[in-house]
Amino acid sequence: MNDTVISAKNLSLTFETNDGPVHALKDINLDIAKGEFVSFIGPSGCGKTTFLRCMADLETPTGGEITVNGVTPREARKSRAYGYVFQAAGLYPWRTIGGNIRLPLEIMGYSKEDQAKRVQQVLELVELDGFDRKFPWQLSGGMQQRASIARALAFDADILLMDEPFGALDEIVRDHLNEQLLALWARTEKTIGFVTHSIPEAVYLSTKIVVMSPRPGRIADVIDSTLPKERPLEIRDTPEFIEIAHRVRDGLREGHADG
Amino acid sequence: MRNVLPILTVVLALFALWYGGAVMLNKNWAYDKAQRAGVELSFGEMVKDTMTQEKPRLPPPHQVGAELWKTTGAMVQRGRAFSKRSLIYHGWITLSSTVLGFVFGTGLGILLAIGIVHNRAMDKSVMPWIIASQTIPILAIAPMIVVVLASAQVDDLIAKGVISMYLSFFPVVVGMVKGLRSPDHMQMDQMRTWNASRGQTFWKLRLPASAPYLFASLKVGIAASLIGAVVAELSLSQDGGLGARMLVGSYYGQTVQIWSALIAAATLAALMVASIGLLQRVTLKRMGMAQ
Repeated sequence: MNDTVISAKNLSLTFETNDGPVHALKDINLDIAKGEFVSFIGPSGCGKTTFLRCMADLETPTGGEITVNGVTPREARKSRAYGYVFQAAGLYPWRTIGGNIRLPLEIMGYSKEDQAKRVQQVLELVELDGFDRKFPWQLSGGMQQRASIARALAFDADILLMDEPFGALDEIVRDHLNEQLLALWARTEKTIGFVTHSIPEAVYLSTKIVVMSPRPGRIADVIDSTLPKERPLEIRDTPEFIEIAHRVRDGLREGHADG
Repeated sequence: MRNVLPILTVVLALFALWYGGAVMLNKNWAYDKAQRAGVELSFGEMVKDTMTQEKPRLPPPHQVGAELWKTTGAMVQRGRAFSKRSLIYHGWITLSSTVLGFVFGTGLGILLAIGIVHNRAMDKSVMPWIIASQTIPILAIAPMIVVVLASAQVDDLIAKGVISMYLSFFPVVVGMVKGLRSPDHMQMDQMRTWNASRGQTFWKLRLPASAPYLFASLKVGIAASLIGAVVAELSLSQDGGLGARMLVGSYYGQTVQIWSALIAAATLAALMVASIGLLQRVTLKRMGMAQ
């Protein structure tokens, strides 16, 4: 359980803009172990999404080092080491749900039978079996986002990177999807990086919560959750949960005060 | 059915305007004739005369309609649909060079758009020329193209097709560049996370995303292509075609013939745009993108 999957050392990223340099990330040090569920939380501009995009080789750091599965993010991307879920489901309107999930499999050259088998598997995993022939517009927003998670799970990536996947959904749907995500994580034993705005969401889901603060984007606090792996929704009313949430809030406030 | 009344109202208004215009434009000739014959025309007689002149300035609708019937339906009834006096024959000639030019123009447009989207140098260097090409009046350049191609012993049909192509590739380039670029940042990032090649991104994302843009362009393109064909026929009138009919009509002051050729060309354009619309509906429906 203790081998490191993602490791950042003095990671920095500076964007050059017309108004001078913007330090999106500054001296980030973090290790993520295999099978961990790590949330990144912080106000906008704290670099949480940028950090996730660095892991995915969607941004190139300007300083420091980052490795994914022991290699550079670029090599990790080329070996399809991770699945990435964006804030919007981003399903293609001209493809059915099944067709959308098949898309990365087609690109990666899986055989036809293997594609069909995997689509079936992940649809069951996100409780969308029977919907493979529907078009995206026939599904609700929550179902679309589940389909996009299924798409990221369809190929054999051990890492799942999620950028505010439930940000645009309402509270009730969000609770339900959070529960499902935990069940899914327990079953697949993947390493998950999860960006969120919501304190309860971060505390409920994570084994490790990374609190970040802006200007420059940096890590304010890293909290290892003491909650058990089995988490019913009611756990959010326990003193233990509230205490962790409190610590996250403190971390956010501190970051803001000197920011 | 609710739309019938407003549509009929507009059609009636257009006909009223047309008849009114015919009376206004043809009345001088009616008075001239009367003066030379030394008779006085009442208003009613004048109006009657403007409706039946042989070479009116503006032929009224019923004259154009009669001419249209004489050169289409009546010809078909006599089994002479493809006689040289038939608008079906001339329409067919125009249609062939329109479609030929449209097919090549669409192909050229799509290829140019693919190049422009994938190659920055092409984007910077080719696009300004494409826009410049459309600022040249087609009437000025068409005879030159015809002469150059004729001296190169190119078939007349192809020469006319080239002019149609010249007009129809432009909307396709502009629409397809926009369509191929329509996938947003997130969709492009997503392709990157799957390590998709440029070819895969093109076939699986860019091309299907551009379909609605393509059809909008095709509608403009085929209408432009018809204009190109008609203009080309002014230079290559010996082969016939609706453009040639207009030219011959203007030589001999046969306004009725000009107008019926004009209406035939408009009908042809409407039919072609409608068939592309049908193709669009069927394709987008099969793609699951019907609005």
